[in-house]
Amino acid sequence: MMDFLSNDLLQLMDSGVRFATPLLLACLAGLYSERAGIFDIGLEGKMLVAAFAAGAFSAFAGMSVADGGWNMGGAAVWVGLGAAIVASTIMAMIHAFASITLRGNQLISGVAINFFAAGITVLIGQYWFKMGGQTPQLREGQRFDPITLPFAKSVQDVPVIGPIYHDLISGHNIIVYLGFVIVALTWLVLYRTRFGLRMRAVGENPGAVDTAGISVVKLRYSALIVTGILCGLAGAYLSLGTAAAGFGKDMTAGRGFIALAALIFAKWKPIPAMWATLLFGLLEAVGNKYQKVDLGFMVLPGQFMQALPYILTVVILAGFVGKAIPPKAGGEPYVKER
Amino acid sequence: MNKSLPKWVDLGLIPFFTLLLAFAVSGLVVMSIGQNPIEVVKVMLQGAFNPFGIGHTLYFTTNFIFTGLAVAVAFHARLFNIGGEGQAGVAGVGVAVVMLAFDWPHWTIALLAGTLAAMAFGAAWAAIPAYLQAKRGSHIVITTIMFNLIATALIGYLLVGPMQAEGSLPESPSFPPGAALPSMYEILGWFGIPFDKFAPANISFFMALIAAVFVWVLIWKSRLGYEMRAFGHSERAAVYAGISPLKITMVAMLLSGALSGMMAINTVQGEAERLVLGAVEGAGFIGIAVALMGRSHPVGVVLAAFLFGILTQGGAELQFTLGIPAQMITVIQALIIMFTGSLENMVRIPLEKLFLNTGKRGAAS
Repeated sequence: MMDFLSNDLLQLMDSGVRFATPLLLACLAGLYSERAGIFDIGLEGKMLVAAFAAGAFSAFAGMSVADGGWNMGGAAVWVGLGAAIVASTIMAMIHAFASITLRGNQLISGVAINFFAAGITVLIGQYWFKMGGQTPQLREGQRFDPITLPFAKSVQDVPVIGPIYHDLISGHNIIVYLGFVIVALTWLVLYRTRFGLRMRAVGENPGAVDTAGISVVKLRYSALIVTGILCGLAGAYLSLGTAAAGFGKDMTAGRGFIALAALIFAKWKPIPAMWATLLFGLLEAVGNKYQKVDLGFMVLPGQFMQALPYILTVVILAGFVGKAIPPKAGGEPYVKER
Repeated sequence: MNKSLPKWVDLGLIPFFTLLLAFAVSGLVVMSIGQNPIEVVKVMLQGAFNPFGIGHTLYFTTNFIFTGLAVAVAFHARLFNIGGEGQAGVAGVGVAVVMLAFDWPHWTIALLAGTLAAMAFGAAWAAIPAYLQAKRGSHIVITTIMFNLIATALIGYLLVGPMQAEGSLPESPSFPPGAALPSMYEILGWFGIPFDKFAPANISFFMALIAAVFVWVLIWKSRLGYEMRAFGHSERAAVYAGISPLKITMVAMLLSGALSGMMAINTVQGEAERLVLGAVEGAGFIGIAVALMGRSHPVGVVLAAFLFGILTQGGAELQFTLGIPAQMITVIQALIIMFTGSLENMVRIPLEKLFLNTGKRGAAS
């Protein structure tokens, strides 16, 4: 039992946390947007742009001046992170301009952003690095390395708690821990601040918020700025915080959509969003580790694990297991009454 | 305030300016990667229209007519079907299953069977999202996105499992020779018109044109089409007039799925003659851009599909001649969706002010 716990299960949960992190950040990003009444199916695109910006700028910042870089040493990774946040926020602002200011179709805007991201990252990547759309392999100082938490080594041999602390909780990079901090922050913002109350209100009934003399436009723009920043973190994690250590073409691979699925699964609430993304992360870890899953009475193909988050989301959406009701004003542009 | 724009402004001027903006920004993108836009356009046009290229251009056009019509039909009932990619993929499975089941005696029968299989499988993949939208209020955009991703997993499973041919490639066995459709070379040859012998364009192109006529008749000349448009215009008014939301949602989505599915006769039966991984190649998504650009009208859809056919084939030439990644086309596609879709009001609002005098002067009086 102990062996199983320390080897297979812990390892699986550990990689589950790694897979969950970008999903969690993107899911929270979507939460801000959708709770404010703006549908966002462009999470995938924003993450992709961010992952590219992170990979490219971290590479430039870490390269020597002779190679055309800026020779910034250990600061490179932070330059990459900053670039990711800026790039993703620019995309979020295009979405905001289309959906809030121009009152355009939010879904179409999201689709456009996803395609734009898929194309532009490869175009610019090829132009800058001539590596078929990839960015150079990142070295130490250009990426986020695992952090060993205090006492991880010394408590390793304590039964049960030791391995859990050492193998599962310790040894992730800073973005992973940041993700969980942001869950708590989001809960606080959403349920314990004036901004959060207003944001939730503007997603349900913008007319009422407007009547109270609060700007719907300003609130929604602010929410989308947060969405941009969080998608930036999610994308940066992919290229700076995983074994990929650099950007690869289409590296988000549908994670923006899984995050969207998780958001629905979590019924647009932050704590459930954490559980949902951890579940989906674990599913990805299982699908990654085992080609087939033998349940004893039947064998599930790996592709089934891949599809499971989407199937679960459809089931939830269908309302057979606890109906998911989206924010009421989602997708509808707000037109001020005259 | 409810005055509407003159028709030529709505159907001519607005699309013209939005496209102009999309192409202008595309030009900026081209310049930002150190290329000359004029040179790029020249290479693309040459690539799309030379005797070799045109056969590919028409082949891609065929796909986009089907998927564009699919999105357009759903748009008329105010349903946004993003699921074309999955519907076309699953339709490919249907075509492959049916084609592999028999030794087809003649291509006409094979074409009929292939078309029916493609339509049935495509429609079936749209049926669950449609039903959930109509009955349970699950948002069709989210469910069709999920069904696209489920389709990817399903096809991936089938092509390395039950449907895989001998060998290690993820593809089905080749269809029997009787399933092969006449190529454009053969068809034009009947009339003595020369055409590239190896071009992938085939009889499906004419099927696509027939589908466009069918959609026109359906939407504008039939009672059902009238009900769909009424429903799309105002669900409440439609319900008041006795139109069933369940019926319209189901019919519009099944038709949409069937049309998306029909592209499989072009790609799977007409060209590859077996099912390969990634047979849809994003055509389902390009359908969104095509429908938006074509303003959901069959004539517009055919023209927009042809433009995207040119872009796709021209894009392949760009990669070959100038070394610009094929993703250039994805960017242009995105910009067209953006400007003709979500940013359309950027053009519409100023034009409305200009033509309807709803500016400050009108409001003050």
